[in-house]
Amino acid sequence: MSFTQTSGARTPRRSPGCLASTALIMRRTLLHMRNNGFGLVVEAVLSPIIMLLIFTFLFSGAIAGSVSGYIQYLLPGILVLTVVPMTVYSGTTLCTDIARGVYHRFRTMPFWQPAALFGPVIADGLRYSAALLTVLSMGLALGFRPEDGVAGAVLAAIYVLFFAYSVSWVFALIGNVAKQPETVSGTSMMLVYPLLFASNVLVDTSTMPRWLQVVVDVNPISVAVALTRGLFHGTADAADLAAGMGVCLLLVVVFAPLTIFVYLKRQLR
Amino acid sequence: MAYAIEAQGLRKSFKTREAVRGVDLAIQQGELFALLGPNGAGKTTTIHMLTTLLHPDEGTASICGYDVVKDAAVVRRNISVTGQYAALDESLTGWQNLTLFAGLHGYSRKDARALAVELLESFNLAEAGDRTVGTYSGGMRRRLDLAAGILSEPKVMFLDEPTTGLDPQSRRELWDAVRHLVKNGTTVLLTTQYLEEADQLADRIGFIAQGRVIAVDTPEKLKASIGGKTLTIKLAEGTDPANVCRLLTSEFGMEAHSDEGGLIVKAAVREAALAHSVIGTLIDQTAAVDDFALSEPTLDDVYFALAINRGNEVAS
Ligand SMILES: Nc1ncnc2c1ncn2[C@@H]1O[C@H](COP(=O)(O)OP(=O)(O)OP(=O)(O)O)[C@@H](O)[C@H]1O
Ligand SMILES: [Mg+2]
Repeated sequence: MSFTQTSGARTPRRSPGCLASTALIMRRTLLHMRNNGFGLVVEAVLSPIIMLLIFTFLFSGAIAGSVSGYIQYLLPGILVLTVVPMTVYSGTTLCTDIARGVYHRFRTMPFWQPAALFGPVIADGLRYSAALLTVLSMGLALGFRPEDGVAGAVLAAIYVLFFAYSVSWVFALIGNVAKQPETVSGTSMMLVYPLLFASNVLVDTSTMPRWLQVVVDVNPISVAVALTRGLFHGTADAADLAAGMGVCLLLVVVFAPLTIFVYLKRQLR
Repeated sequence: MAYAIEAQGLRKSFKTREAVRGVDLAIQQGELFALLGPNGAGKTTTIHMLTTLLHPDEGTASICGYDVVKDAAVVRRNISVTGQYAALDESLTGWQNLTLFAGLHGYSRKDARALAVELLESFNLAEAGDRTVGTYSGGMRRRLDLAAGILSEPKVMFLDEPTTGLDPQSRRELWDAVRHLVKNGTTVLLTTQYLEEADQLADRIGFIAQGRVIAVDTPEKLKASIGGKTLTIKLAEGTDPANVCRLLTSEFGMEAHSDEGGLIVKAAVREAALAHSVIGTLIDQTAAVDDFALSEPTLDDVYFALAINRGNEVAS
């Protein structure tokens, strides 16, 4: 360790603003993904494929009679079913991270502090996108044929991504408040699984008793899935669009500022 | 000119436990100040308040004249912190860690890369630079952590037990690095459990116990304050050092303590002649002295003298 003073002749420094800070922290999350490529493949490729296969072949016989018929209905829902639990994982990671040393250093550094939250939240979109693409291509291979063609598929995929981002703020908040990562996954899964299954992901609500139909239809997951389905098959109307976008905006408007506030406040303990 | 670090009446409690109970500090620019004290004395909590990580319950503190609460953003531009526990990203490589921190400190991408290479080289980590930090040894982490602290060329640097867990060679090298920083005008506040380290490095030393600073001075003056010399007595096997300590206190009114496996007893003596009669008495009464020596006091002696005084004060 022959210590030399760092040599001069550098461009003068300015504390990074919000865009530069966010980009730098995003890069960190992307490097994590690169350094742990295997984990990414398992999470974004293997497990979504397994989920899709299980649901397609398990339920198609019982519910719709044929694979090619049922998958037209099922696939949009499976996209949501795949991505939402991934957002829980983002919250868990955030919780582990904040308790760790790097975030201590971040807090004593002169950059735009909310970037420490925006960075991972935004960069995780890459994981969601990878999973979306996997499920979509696998679905096409199994006979999924969106009626609205490529344009509809692109819009639907973008919407699912947007929905995932919106939901991820909920778990970012839980990740910020919880003391243990286990608490995050515990409480979040308790919240997420009932919502996912008491929805229209797997079955059409019109077959349900009236009261259950009402409950399932106001479930935000159902709202999002209804819009996704509508976009794929060209059947979305203005009401679907308003409800689907409304759910996302509501989640972002409530949970994003709250999360940032809690994070910034945390250092005042 | 404003002090590099100034604190007045800092207090911090966690629930009902008072961690810091009124700390005052005034550290000049370019000074190397060591904070010493037993475990749980409040050193880390004090540093957390001075580095904007914790808000004080009471009192004020400033870095280069900027208040740590009101001007936290300016303070952060002027400091760097190397904490008691390495603040690194375990899933990134050493090189990725340094470029990330350099970027967040506002270096251009090109500068950040060059700086990372340079620092890895300086801290003997060039070969490990492409491995994830999770695979590093404790000493390697400490060195990378310090490199990350130096990278912003801070005006004031906080080092919380920077040499804990380093081998003697790395420790010396780190001392050199710290001296080098100070020579270039950086103010350093460090905490340490190694009294020798404080003696070697520090311009001034502050002793902290139970959340209060109980003595501040140069190492020389602190040692002189003990007065006289230190008598070190090695007892024979089977002797109870606590008995000997009690005897020294009752017969001679000395503050004595035993350490290291128990057979060594140390006491401050005002003059050599007194040491003579102490040894004489001990041999008369217990015949248990194996060896003895008189020496100039060390910071260890100051540490124990202060801790003992403190104990008396609390008891009374
Ligand atoms: N987050 C916390 N919550 C509750 N108590 C705390 C917290 N941090 C510190 N303390 C308590 O405050 C006191 C001072 O702790 P601090 O970490 O400042 O000591 P220290 O001098 O750094 O000790 P060490 O030499 O062991 O590092 C201790 O009694 C500790 O238990
Ligand atoms: Mg400590």
